[in-house]
Amino acid sequence: MIHVPTMAEFLASGEKPEVLFWVGCAGSFDQRAQKITKAFVTILNKVGIKYAILGKEEMCTGDPARRAGNEFMFQMMAYQNIQILNGYEIKKIVTACPHCFNTLKNEYPVLGGNYEVIHHAVFLQQLIDEGKIKLTDGGTFKGKKITYHDSCYLGRANNIYEAPRKVLEALDVALVEMKRCKSNGLCCGAGGAQMFKEEEKGDGRINIERSNEAIETGASVIAAACPFCNTMLMDGVKNKEKEEEIEVLDIAELVAASMV
Amino acid sequence: MQYIQQVAFLILFIYAVWLFTKNINQIRKNILLGRDEDLTDNKNIRWKNLFLLALGQKKMFRNPLVAVLHLIIYAGFIIINIEVIEILLDGFLGTRRIFMKPLGSFYFFLIDSFEILAFLVIIFCVVFLIRRNIIKLKRFTANDLNGWPKKDANYILITEIILMGLFLKMNAADTALSNNPNEHFIISSYIVPFYQQMFTHVQIEMIERTCWWLHIIGIFAFLNYLPYSKHLHILLAFPNAYYARLNTMGEMQNMENVQNEVKYMMQPELAPTGEAQPMKFGAKDVMDLSWKSLMDAYSCTECGRCSTACPANQTGKLLSPRKIMMDTRDRLEEVGRNIKKNGQFVDDEKKLLNDFITVEELRACTTCNACVQECPVSISPLDIIIELRRSLIMEDSNAPQEWNAMFSNIENNFAPWKLSPDDRDKWTSEV
Repeated sequence: MIHVPTMAEFLASGEKPEVLFWVGCAGSFDQRAQKITKAFVTILNKVGIKYAILGKEEMCTGDPARRAGNEFMFQMMAYQNIQILNGYEIKKIVTACPHCFNTLKNEYPVLGGNYEVIHHAVFLQQLIDEGKIKLTDGGTFKGKKITYHDSCYLGRANNIYEAPRKVLEALDVALVEMKRCKSNGLCCGAGGAQMFKEEEKGDGRINIERSNEAIETGASVIAAACPFCNTMLMDGVKNKEKEEEIEVLDIAELVAASMV
Repeated sequence: MQYIQQVAFLILFIYAVWLFTKNINQIRKNILLGRDEDLTDNKNIRWKNLFLLALGQKKMFRNPLVAVLHLIIYAGFIIINIEVIEILLDGFLGTRRIFMKPLGSFYFFLIDSFEILAFLVIIFCVVFLIRRNIIKLKRFTANDLNGWPKKDANYILITEIILMGLFLKMNAADTALSNNPNEHFIISSYIVPFYQQMFTHVQIEMIERTCWWLHIIGIFAFLNYLPYSKHLHILLAFPNAYYARLNTMGEMQNMENVQNEVKYMMQPELAPTGEAQPMKFGAKDVMDLSWKSLMDAYSCTECGRCSTACPANQTGKLLSPRKIMMDTRDRLEEVGRNIKKNGQFVDDEKKLLNDFITVEELRACTTCNACVQECPVSISPLDIIIELRRSLIMEDSNAPQEWNAMFSNIENNFAPWKLSPDDRDKWTSEV
């Protein structure tokens, strides 16, 4: 049993954490994404990083509302989050969600929220480089064929292509790329608030198109770094009835399962 | 006879330049109908973008083979324009090959290079015609291009072939007439013996003059075709690269008016006193878009790389980022004509939103930025999509039911799902 400390607790004890872990709505509520959250705090705990979460004080960053066109709702959420973050004098934030990452990093500064924001892909890569994450010899995923799906909000939106791949390389996996990868990567279909509505009429579904491309690589694991991509790809894998052979895992889950 | 030609040329030149200036000025006016946005910071990065993206065509090299063909056609087109300087001077002064004597042997090197380029341009334009009309690449056969756009693309390629052909034939005729045995050029010299066998000296003189006139008339005509065509991108790619937004693609433009509105709601003591100004949210028509989005529309060469990369378009949704740009240009031209006719804009009961771009198209966008990434001339279809979406939601309260539920969940539960905020940290008890 791990105790996950909150900012309120740190404040009460007069201490400050090194980093705030921004869990995000998916990571907090979605059953699949909760596993990613748990894997990530397990890593933080093992490495011995002084971190905290906001707990009940965290709110949606406003990303889906803003992208749907509801700027009012976005500004309301941003205002409240920035009040809380600035109130705790937060300097550094890590998050496992590329949407939260993008909003906190790129869209809050102009509204008065200035923090060093890191996505967990980069954070994990740094911990591995610094030797703080100790991986088991042989490795759980050594030599396994794994493909990596670029999240749009990590890749194109923020130019982070290498960090998640370096994490996978550190796990000694056999990384295979899909036909469309990195800046050519195909969206999973969840962004722009599509996650929260039915797809428009068409002759196919975006997540199925993308999952099929991932399945065609012959990989036994599809690695993702976004809870929404994870859900969309899992649905696509199920659609092909491949869920027995192919797992969709977050890079945090891959790392957590490979640690000493 | 010589004077008549010179005067005729002068009149033609002045008319062509006047007409072109007039049409470009109209386009400038249309672009400036857009919302103000300051895009003049970081001049060094902007110049770098202009050189790399516009002049160097960096993004074209995502597909190297096509990039090389395109670059050679472009280089041929631009470099041969150095020869046009001579053609213009000859036209004004009634001379023939005015640079030949002063430049000496270097002149032959120049013309030889131009001829090789002209020859390559002809070949590659034929390749591009085949790609468009025989191989039928998907992005060139999509419905967005039905009608004028398809013809426009073919007219451009055919015109370039004709112009380059005239240039070579003109040189050949000129060589055939020359008394200097050393005067021959690398490609056109193959046509010379054919002329000498088939035609008399007078006939060849006629051919030379005809080609010369057709070539320069063709150039003037093509110049004035640009404002009506997708080919305008050869000019607008430069300012469009320079004025491209520099922030990361993930960052959406902030709406300061809404930001302040929320601030005054939360901290009423900060609110300014007096009557509040009526506010407009997002864009319903072209005038509500940033001027950069309007220049984007004029810069679009309808290549369709955006739509090929668009996940919605690729899965058969109605959305095509290319069509967003074409619609914006069509509507802007219409508004421009309206203003020209009436002195100011008179309501024509049409809007960019709904009458050109439909709700279904806008709803299909995943904001994945693939279209922005792909565009070789620094266009952002996403900026337009987002502005129209803002208007739909904030002006018309037009949202799918599921989005309304998502908004109310965020407002009440601080998460997009209908789950209690008290359970946000429930997972911590299960680690």
